[in-house]
Amino acid sequence: MAAEKRVVFRSGWLPWALLAPQALIIAVFFFWPAGQAVLQSMQQSDAFGTSVEWVGFANFATLLHDETYLASFSTTAVFSILVAVLGIGLSLVLAVFADRVVRGTTFYRTLLVWPYAVAPAIAGVLWLFMFSPSIGVIAYALRHLGINWDHLLDSRQAMALIVMAAVWKQISYNFLFFVAGLQSIPKSLIEAAAIDGARPWRRFWSIQFPLLSPTTFFLLVINVVYAFFDTFGIVDAATQGGPGKATSILVYKVYFDGFKALDLGGSAAQSVVLMLIVVALTVLQFRFVEKKVNY
Amino acid sequence: MVERRPALGVLAHAILLLGVLVVAFPLYIAFVASTHTAEEIVQVPMPMLPGPHLIENYHDALVGGGKGAGSTASVGRMMFVSLVTALVIAFGKIAISLLSAFAIVYFRFPFRTFFFWAIFITLMLPVEVRILPTYKVIADLHMLNSFAGLTVPLIASATATFLFRQFFLTVPDELVEAARIDGAGPMRFFMDVLIPLSKTSMAALFVIQFIYGWNQYLWPLLVTTEENMYPVVIGIKRMIAGGDSQNQWNLVMATAVLAMIPPALVVILMQRWFVKGLVDTEK
Repeated sequence: MAAEKRVVFRSGWLPWALLAPQALIIAVFFFWPAGQAVLQSMQQSDAFGTSVEWVGFANFATLLHDETYLASFSTTAVFSILVAVLGIGLSLVLAVFADRVVRGTTFYRTLLVWPYAVAPAIAGVLWLFMFSPSIGVIAYALRHLGINWDHLLDSRQAMALIVMAAVWKQISYNFLFFVAGLQSIPKSLIEAAAIDGARPWRRFWSIQFPLLSPTTFFLLVINVVYAFFDTFGIVDAATQGGPGKATSILVYKVYFDGFKALDLGGSAAQSVVLMLIVVALTVLQFRFVEKKVNY
Repeated sequence: MVERRPALGVLAHAILLLGVLVVAFPLYIAFVASTHTAEEIVQVPMPMLPGPHLIENYHDALVGGGKGAGSTASVGRMMFVSLVTALVIAFGKIAISLLSAFAIVYFRFPFRTFFFWAIFITLMLPVEVRILPTYKVIADLHMLNSFAGLTVPLIASATATFLFRQFFLTVPDELVEAARIDGAGPMRFFMDVLIPLSKTSMAALFVIQFIYGWNQYLWPLLVTTEENMYPVVIGIKRMIAGGDSQNQWNLVMATAVLAMIPPALVVILMQRWFVKGLVDTEK
């Protein structure tokens, strides 16, 4: 902790009483279960919990040799790259044009930010309804264009469906950060470039885009975190990980293996791997935040 | 704008309008579907203009007891469960974070740094990475199918604690000294000085945490098994079962619209605090 207060209150018991509620909740609902996950990841038990056996790192070894787990890893990678790149790209375009517009900024902003408030599961249901092979309006339109849409059979279409729903929900968030980032670029820079004869296209690539890079990088991390952990509802509502395991991202697989397939050791080992991923992403995010301060 | 370029101005409006339309399209379809009968929707293609069954559908959804293949529980009850859950989570997070930030900033006591880091680390332990063991804790504490089970485990908040800690550090020390001279104890200072000063941060956090609470999915999916404790986000998923023709899509979509209204209203009406909340919580 860097900053400190010079003047403080003195009391032996009060700070403990103030901290107690938060401390109790994180101990009971965060640290105890996380510790259990680490313990269980090194144990093998049957589905009824009648026998427990210590197996060391065997669960992890099984996991790393499990084809479906490795497949789930690459599914998650493809999914999060698509969500991050499409989400960031589309919202950057919208933000750059919103920055140019003089009138109606509030109007556009209000109409673009509301999907942030939509629950991932609801987003999944809405997109499922539009793309439902038998009754969906867009599936119907696509059939007229010669595309036979059936995400229940075609794994690439299923992936496209959850990517669209996830991007749709995340655009508002990226948009707000890009608008703020664009507003913080000094107008004098743009004006100087304009006087030197740089056209809008040129000004965007040589001034605005480079100066937005801290925002873009920050959003990249946030979008990957979002795609990894906050899209469970979208997947569960739209595809349930199917067809086959084509859209079974890591978080969905942890849930499925633990609650449906009742593989406690394997699910716990997956939890531990996920924890490591969160730690890595958090470190990345915080190192970046430090960079932004120096920038 | 730096220079006049009418063509670019028109293009900007065109692109933004296109963006707004694409973003709004799913909502429009949901609304249209919620104004027709179930039979009309399964006709391909479904009607693209609103129909006459709006009031009837919303009434049926809110009351429940329809004839769909999936769950037909009352959406009114689900909205109530969601509202209570979201409010308890939002206010609970703000309350316990204010208290712990106050303790960490304004007191010196053993293990202070330890507590600070313990709260920090919870950032790295989202529900998703410890589902099974957390479920077991809730089951052992007999908190399944209760408001306590839906809310208490989600009330701890590292981001809110940080936000208030950062804010408290900017509050001038002179205020503490003045309060002391006037004979105010720490709790008096907390209630009469810090809380009024934190109002903007509290409003910003409220928007973000209300949406967070309302939109919870994985956690309620685990801890609720009884229909009368489903939040609306779970309820809507349970209404979809079997093939497309067996679902009452009109009621499903009415429920979807109902489920989107409260958080969308909070975002739109509290837009200023919402933007502040987003920016602050990511610092």
